[in-house]
Amino acid sequence: MRPIIHFLTLSIVAAATMVAQEVITVKGSDTMVLLAQRWAEVYMSKHQDVTIQVTGGGSGTGISALINGTTDICNSSRPMKTSEKQKLKQRFNSLGVEIKAAKDGLSVYVNEANPVKELTIEQVRKIYLGEITNWKQVGGDEARIILYSRENNSGTYVYFKDNILEGKDYAPNTQSLPGTAAVVNAVSKDKNGIGYGGAAYGRGIRELALKADESSMAYPPTAENVRSGAYPMTRFLYMYVRTRPTGSAKAYIDWILSDEGQSVVQSIGYFPLR
Amino acid sequence: MRSSDLYTRKFHVSEFLAEKLIAATAFLSFAVIILIFVFVFREALPIFSSSEPATHDEAVQEEVETYGEEALGEASQLRAAEEKERRAGSIEHVEGNASLRNLLSTDWQPVSGEPKFGLLPLIVGSLKVSLIAILLAAPLAILAALYTSTFAPKRVKEILKPAIEILAGFPSVVIGFFALIVLATFVQDLFGTMYRLNAFVGGVALSLAVIPIVYTIAEDAIAAVPKSMTEASLALGATSWQTALFVTLPAATPGIFAAVLLGVGRAFGETMIVLMATGNAALMTFNVTDPVRTMSATIGAEMAEVVFGDTHYNVLFLIGSILFIFTFTLNAVAEFYIRRRLLRKFRGG
Repeated sequence: MRPIIHFLTLSIVAAATMVAQEVITVKGSDTMVLLAQRWAEVYMSKHQDVTIQVTGGGSGTGISALINGTTDICNSSRPMKTSEKQKLKQRFNSLGVEIKAAKDGLSVYVNEANPVKELTIEQVRKIYLGEITNWKQVGGDEARIILYSRENNSGTYVYFKDNILEGKDYAPNTQSLPGTAAVVNAVSKDKNGIGYGGAAYGRGIRELALKADESSMAYPPTAENVRSGAYPMTRFLYMYVRTRPTGSAKAYIDWILSDEGQSVVQSIGYFPLR
Repeated sequence: MRSSDLYTRKFHVSEFLAEKLIAATAFLSFAVIILIFVFVFREALPIFSSSEPATHDEAVQEEVETYGEEALGEASQLRAAEEKERRAGSIEHVEGNASLRNLLSTDWQPVSGEPKFGLLPLIVGSLKVSLIAILLAAPLAILAALYTSTFAPKRVKEILKPAIEILAGFPSVVIGFFALIVLATFVQDLFGTMYRLNAFVGGVALSLAVIPIVYTIAEDAIAAVPKSMTEASLALGATSWQTALFVTLPAATPGIFAAVLLGVGRAFGETMIVLMATGNAALMTFNVTDPVRTMSATIGAEMAEVVFGDTHYNVLFLIGSILFIFTFTLNAVAEFYIRRRLLRKFRGG
């Protein structure tokens, strides 16, 4: 009898410790999924009592999960929309809490054979609105500009539209491709193409230096320029929670915002907050 | 009539059960299709019931709580302030109204200050790409079917037939990727088109997916032509080409029509290939070298990130319903009209 009781007690204790394992679920942006996984790995290796489950699916999917209560933390490469905040308020009587977790620099790429080296934000806007249609108008060759964009489900698309196009619609002949890799590939094969997206080091393309306006200097999207804010096309990557974080979630988020968490950001190719 | 009462009853019970089980399975798959149908339509329905744009709660306009802002560096704080200002000034995302006028416009800009859900360019896009695909695929597939079932030596047929049918199991992502990387460049070099990705490239890639379907069904139809007909033709002195073109092919016409219609259905519903190869610009043109955006690619690209329950979400389901109705009608026509009417005609009924 004794050994059985011992065994039972032991297993109850074991079960209790397993239950005590705190699980934090993180879901959302595909742009951030690598970064979130690395954060989780590093954090879990130091805090054995916490399990962090990271899944992607896209910013919208993550926010839906936050609204439906199926995730604790949501990653998003764009700010929450009003309609989403409204839905969250209906369910949880909270507008959500926004955490800026990292910075990302977006690049404008052209084919490497293209003589254009720099553009102003104004020119990029006019190109994507279809007001500038020939490379000659911005100092290039006599050729039609072929526009490449991300699909409208992407946070990058929304950022570009809100911040560069001032909320106006892309020109109708803008071709949208699934993923930054597809845009880079298309531009590398199309000598009159232009595309935008996250930092990319593909062959056959060149990242343009950008000027905030006509009179300012042109800055290439280097780590230094993105961090200092001199490069005019940077955005934040966000994390959202339903209510002000407490307990293990707070500890995790505080760690992400700490110097240690921010040093992980750089190893993935994004930029720390400071 | 019955030798053993017990034996027969037992036999009847098991047979009864087996029969009902099979019938239940058949009805289950039927019910699943109906349920999918109902689900897709139900999600599209809100478009027609509420036409007034949603108004937002005043409370929502209040500041969103932030956390950890103090951890931001100086440069980041500056950017955050700038972004906040820009966000306040920018047009907020509104739930568009999907009035009939909006749905019949020629602009597809669903993520916008004023969302435009014009379905016409998407419908034109789908039709354009499907037409190119079927115009390329049908003659090739039908002639291939005719060759393998009437002319090809047995050994050639044994290699050729499975080889074409294997194409049907080819993942469409692979075909799409091939089109995106290789075919698009090839077509642009050949014709000097302005756009690298366009309706033509998409149609050619799509025809690779359509050929095996048309081929398989057309081959079955040709093989089903009674031997007596072809033998009679040959006995009357017709050459084998004359027999194939003027006897076998006409006799198999109903089946071939069905094959082509099913091919169109496949082309219409195919998503991955067109998503990768057509450029996805919602242009309302009939030029085959312009990029196009098809209905299926639109759903494939946008569904993952749409705000659930939003008008945009409902419109995507409306597109799904249109696709569903279209392919359903095609299949029904292929099944009922052509098989019955034309079969009767050719059998001399």
